[in-house]
Amino acid sequence: MSLNYEDIGKVVPGLDREFQRAENSASQIFKLDRRQFLKLTGIVSGGLMLAVAAPKTRASAGPLNPNGYVHIDENGITLYAKNPEIGQGVKTSLPMIVAEELDADWSKVNVVQSTIDQTKYGMQFAGGSMSIPMNWDSLRRAGATARAMLVGAAAKQWGVGPSTLTTKDSYVIDAMGGRKASYMELASAAAEMPVPDPASVKLKSKDQFNLLGKRITGVDNQDLVQGKPLFGIDQSIPGMKYAVYEKCPAIGGKPNSANLDEIKALPGIHDAFILEGTNNAMEVMPGVAIVANNTWAALQAKRNLKIEWDETEACTDSWSAAQASAKEISEKSGSSVVNAGDVDAAFENSAQQVSGLYTYHFVSHANLEPQNCTAWYHDGQLELRAPTQTPGQAVMSSAKVVGISPQMVTLHQTRCGGGFGRRLYNDFVCEAAAISKQAGVPVKLQWTREDDMAYDLYRAGGFHQMDGSIDSEGKITGWRDRFTTFTNGGGRPVSGGGMSAGVFPGGLLENLSVEQTALEWKTRCAAWRAPGSNVFGFVVMSFLDELAQAAGRDSLEVLLEVLGEPRQLGARGMHTGRAAGVVKLAAKKAGWGKDLGSNRGMGIAFYYSHAGHIAEVADVSVDSDKKVRVNKVTVAADVGPIVNLSGAENQLQGSVVDGLSTMLGLSVTFENGRVEQSNFHRYPILRMSHTPEIDVHFVESDYPPTGLGEPGFPPLAPAVCNAIFAATGHRVRTLPISEEGYSIA
Amino acid sequence: MKLKVNSETIDLDGLDPATPLLWVLRDEIGLVGTKFGCGISQCGACTVLVNGKATKSCSMPISGVGDSEVTTIEGLANEDGTLSALQQAWVDLDVAQCGYCQSGQIMAAEALLRSNPEPSDAEIDQALDPNLCRCGTYLRIKAAVKTAATNLQSAG
Repeated sequence: MSLNYEDIGKVVPGLDREFQRAENSASQIFKLDRRQFLKLTGIVSGGLMLAVAAPKTRASAGPLNPNGYVHIDENGITLYAKNPEIGQGVKTSLPMIVAEELDADWSKVNVVQSTIDQTKYGMQFAGGSMSIPMNWDSLRRAGATARAMLVGAAAKQWGVGPSTLTTKDSYVIDAMGGRKASYMELASAAAEMPVPDPASVKLKSKDQFNLLGKRITGVDNQDLVQGKPLFGIDQSIPGMKYAVYEKCPAIGGKPNSANLDEIKALPGIHDAFILEGTNNAMEVMPGVAIVANNTWAALQAKRNLKIEWDETEACTDSWSAAQASAKEISEKSGSSVVNAGDVDAAFENSAQQVSGLYTYHFVSHANLEPQNCTAWYHDGQLELRAPTQTPGQAVMSSAKVVGISPQMVTLHQTRCGGGFGRRLYNDFVCEAAAISKQAGVPVKLQWTREDDMAYDLYRAGGFHQMDGSIDSEGKITGWRDRFTTFTNGGGRPVSGGGMSAGVFPGGLLENLSVEQTALEWKTRCAAWRAPGSNVFGFVVMSFLDELAQAAGRDSLEVLLEVLGEPRQLGARGMHTGRAAGVVKLAAKKAGWGKDLGSNRGMGIAFYYSHAGHIAEVADVSVDSDKKVRVNKVTVAADVGPIVNLSGAENQLQGSVVDGLSTMLGLSVTFENGRVEQSNFHRYPILRMSHTPEIDVHFVESDYPPTGLGEPGFPPLAPAVCNAIFAATGHRVRTLPISEEGYSIA
Repeated sequence: MKLKVNSETIDLDGLDPATPLLWVLRDEIGLVGTKFGCGISQCGACTVLVNGKATKSCSMPISGVGDSEVTTIEGLANEDGTLSALQQAWVDLDVAQCGYCQSGQIMAAEALLRSNPEPSDAEIDQALDPNLCRCGTYLRIKAAVKTAATNLQSAG
């Protein structure tokens, strides 16, 4: 059977050109004529699949597809990226791990976002900086398995032992026999080889890595710089309408009535209706949906909505009230989280005591791509195109909301315009599904920036009454943290709002007490980049510096003294030797101790989070008007071997900028249950001209590699605040520091 | 109503003349490279060129565009389909993290280099300060602008 290109073009527009290109390259590789090339084997997955009858391979066998990550056929190598890409770089770094063990020529590999399939891929999500540590071993084995089959096929063909063969750049090489065969040529024969047990395949040693550790540009970059439709917001379905959704500004409020007839009469409006929702903030809260012919008509209609809200169960959260309560609570004990040694005795016997109340505000995730989702509910099925960090959870929740089995939901993963934890929660996916079902049409739900800021799941604020003691030699003898946090009910702290025994200096000081009290808070709070650590790092590393300064000692020396001898603290805790390693490296690279002149200083901070050991030194100038200029930030990180040097460095630079942006002026405040900020003019994210020089260094230790999306964030704020102290003698105890009158120069 | 976008003239009928250029590009013409970020000219994700000037398309009604030439990220590649110097520098330096702001950043940089082929650091800051990057890739953006400027200069 054969087709000409015009016929193919009629079936799938544009495919003819793809095939023309494929033939050109195949004819070069395989020396095929056109008749040989055009052998269509059938329809696969709704598309046409070409099989090239390459010489010396068996035409009957399928592609080499030993696991969910590798697909090799006559046309090339495709690697599947399993987890959501939110800017952390995993669509590039995870397939790189497969390519390394496969010995594939990275420049010719095609990377494709995988389907959602737990049986093939296990858990698929972007969170906790887990993509690298959770998948490192299995991805290496996936690549090595395919490689073993290719080598086996070549060995069989050539009648030699597999151990005499080597692989490089997508070729199996027989050096003694003076021959080689490409993976594409070998694919169909390799597909007939037994699939080895992944646990048994031989993996490379670190010194054999060719690809890992290099600077590799992101696999989507070519498309990104040409504006191709990669993101959730770029998706469309034929016949799609554009939806917006208005909820009560105070969570828990319900629409009694709305001017739906007026709205429906507006130009370009397809439908408008009230959704009762599931009253679950992670699914669908009650509100009013508008479905329109385009986004602008929907947005205009949203402005013209008149809704009478029933606010009897709406929240009345107030930041100013919380601050007042926290001040009172901080003076009393809370429930004990850690109680080691005898803090009271340590305080009593100390040479000096130091105290301070640390405060940090709520913040929003503020993904630059506002929440959105394209959904089509029809005939008991749901099709979703969703920028989510938890696609599996999105399938489960949306299925529940529209009342179908999760098997009837198809979710296409899209690139996410930022994650930061916000897209772990799928309320916007559930809303889109519910609106499509009610309207009976495919819809793209678009949140406005104002929606995004008003209906986030915020990083909770918090208050820490810190007390510490030092002895006559300037050693820290006691440490107490009385923490006031928030609960969304039941007394359990919100996600990222609970202290634990592992929080620094847990396990490091003999006399340590951490107590916790949670204030009731109705507005949803949840994970935000480096949950917990993003604020605890500020408190504990600032307070450590306070104690060092009170003792008249060098804070670097005190930090190293507290870390002590190299040892592992618990199964999931830090390794104090790795910690000291990055602390010393950051200090050395920054030139710690050098004279910077007046009104300028350096601060250092270390934090262990998400299995990453990271130290940062900030060099800061402060003028008499409290205008702060961050001259330079030096970062030293130990996350084991680096997968993609370009991506890794980008993550740390980005963490520094995000850390600075957040500590300088970002704050979400609440009164009468309503968020007071609405858009970027009230939520001033850092801009280019305020970006400091950032110098990144890696300790490439032999520990298993861990993620970098989060651990670079926590040390930044304390490093800068400690530098402000070094420059001015003033201790900053509030984030954002604009609350204490500081601004960026 | 007619709109000149990326050297093509497009007929548009039945649209509210107050519709921002952003939504016409995205919803009507299908050029989704231009992004929605804030809707109030604060983030720059929607930056396009209008007669060569960097313009926030979220706040520019189509009635105000008239005969002006609109250039979007989709119209930036060279005539032979290869990437422009700016686009290539963005790829070579692996600028993007999430990438959502980058079309706007590239368009703002394009406007800068058209009027100022050898910008200083301060001039790059000034031209790109209207464009937010939530991931914090500013240092790489600046480096890419400089690389592109150098490459354009040496290409003559």
